[in-house]
Amino acid sequence: MQTAHVPGLIAVVGVTLVTLAIGIWGLRISRTTSDFFVASRTVGPRLNASAIGGEYLSAASFLGIAGLLLVGGADMLWYPVGWTAGYLVLLVLVAAPLRRSGAYTLPDFAQARLSSKAVRTACSVLVVGIGWLYLIPQFEGAGFTLRAAIGAPEWAGPVIVAAVVLANVSSGGMRSVTFVQAFQYWLKLTAILFPAAVLVVVWLGDGRPAGPISGDDWSMPVASGATGLYATYSLILALFLGTMGLPHVVVRFYTNPDGRGARRTTVAVLALLGLFYLWPPVYAALGRVYGDRILAEGRHNVLVLELPRAMIDGIGAELLTGLVTAGAFAAFLSTSSGLAIAVSGVISQDVTGRWLRGYGERRGVAAFRLAAVVSVGVPLVVSLVAQNIGVAESVGLAFAVAASTFGPLLVLGIWWRGLTAAGALAGLAAGGVGAGGAAILSIAGISATGWGGALLGQPAAWSVPLAVVVMVVVSRLTAHRAPAHARQFLVRLHTPEWLDLPTR
Amino acid sequence: MSEDRPRTGSGDRPARVRVTAPPRTTPPVAGTRIGDVHDQTPMGDLYLRSLLREQGALAARVLLVAFGLLGAVPLAYHLAPGLAGHQVFGIGVTWIVLGVLVHPFLTWLGWRYVRRVERNELFFADLVSPDGDQDEAQPTREG
Repeated sequence: MQTAHVPGLIAVVGVTLVTLAIGIWGLRISRTTSDFFVASRTVGPRLNASAIGGEYLSAASFLGIAGLLLVGGADMLWYPVGWTAGYLVLLVLVAAPLRRSGAYTLPDFAQARLSSKAVRTACSVLVVGIGWLYLIPQFEGAGFTLRAAIGAPEWAGPVIVAAVVLANVSSGGMRSVTFVQAFQYWLKLTAILFPAAVLVVVWLGDGRPAGPISGDDWSMPVASGATGLYATYSLILALFLGTMGLPHVVVRFYTNPDGRGARRTTVAVLALLGLFYLWPPVYAALGRVYGDRILAEGRHNVLVLELPRAMIDGIGAELLTGLVTAGAFAAFLSTSSGLAIAVSGVISQDVTGRWLRGYGERRGVAAFRLAAVVSVGVPLVVSLVAQNIGVAESVGLAFAVAASTFGPLLVLGIWWRGLTAAGALAGLAAGGVGAGGAAILSIAGISATGWGGALLGQPAAWSVPLAVVVMVVVSRLTAHRAPAHARQFLVRLHTPEWLDLPTR
Repeated sequence: MSEDRPRTGSGDRPARVRVTAPPRTTPPVAGTRIGDVHDQTPMGDLYLRSLLREQGALAARVLLVAFGLLGAVPLAYHLAPGLAGHQVFGIGVTWIVLGVLVHPFLTWLGWRYVRRVERNELFFADLVSPDGDQDEAQPTREG
């Protein structure tokens, strides 16, 4: 171990200990199954928004974006813009009705709305699939972060993150994770903002040097050519509509006290995400001035970690590196925790809960713990065995699949009385096979050039409309089988709780 | 678990129930207009349609503004690549718009939406209970 690794090591150990400590504190006040699943539905908008922000800002946001901006330029700005705007779409179409539906998970919502076991099963499979797709890059990112920061072997990061997440999730459930994630949002914001401010001051002190290359290309927010235009719009669509279909995002809404709280939480999330996403472009811009070596060595994916050392020397650089390492590690922990909770929730309701049927009072908690082991273990093994699944591709795939399946299901289910179980199933299949298949092909290296490549690499622009059309057409054809309670359900989704369910 | 205290602090402790899934049904309140909505009377149908239309139109307007303004950006740059060269205070306009200004804009849109949608809900509440006496409604959910 070199001395250069000491601040990074302290940062990783510190974040891990604080995370576990807050989790244990959460366990002390977490007593019921309701605490476990939904934090007893008493989380106020401010705490909840911090928790959502902490959970949502993943490895891709903390590390990935700055590097992508440095290499790809302004058309990569659509990632942070889309990740934020996705919450606006969620706010106006889904937030309050979803909370009022009383559904804890997406399969719950589908079953309550359509009264169909088959749709529930399809949704469960999709939640687990999307969740695992999203967990694998988190684990991989942890691997290369720990290698860059403290020189650990590649397997150490995934194993440590998985162990901490498992300990936290299975001990305290939703209630303790809420506190952990709220803390981690503010840690991440500090860890990206403070070093950025220091580095900007250093840049000003250096006499504001300009970058070696100053092309207009770097400021183009659209890829070149007609295929580039298509790819940009397709990405925007996937990110705008994908957010509402991510399993770990939806679970959070159930911890709000009511629909009104869900909306206020979402607005606060918009503000918190915007505040965070102001900073990655600063790293990219400074990287253009100081980052030739980082670029030349192909380590742009850890630009945020490397930039302090590239710009200043001595203890200052090490301290800043320690701080950004802490932020990056917090990003892996919080996103993985959120995903593990969501996937565990589904697995425990649909699988392990049934295995443990005879175990009485504490069955819910035992099933949840068992499910947590499964939901963390599988992606851990995959990330250890299959290395070099691209982080960005995997996350992009998760968004495209979510936008093509749960996006249409939620929007039509909440706003259109005519949706039927058969229509939902057909639409989920069309969108899932379309988007999932296209992205799996392009990840497997089966790439085409020109339009073929663009259509496969960014499927959302055709797979989302396809899913919507299939859902609507099949629902129309099976209109006689529309669920009888559909309209009553819609009434409940769109009327304020205090109208028909007086509180206290 | 034996030292588990009732959270309410009141003397009578409710019977323990096992929570395995959220409650899924809302019993309708008989004899109110919200009851009309639940019971699928023609009046209730009218109320629901008007609320859905109102809320849906509001959502569509917000999305149209967001998608319209942001969605115009790639096309504008595609048609006029020279835009990328513009700078204000030495920073590219693209970076100012998509890196900075977009975030307060999205938050502002969201905030405006919440104000409007809550006003719509209040209006709907007035419509279905003109006496405005929400507290008189019977409690409908029992343990």
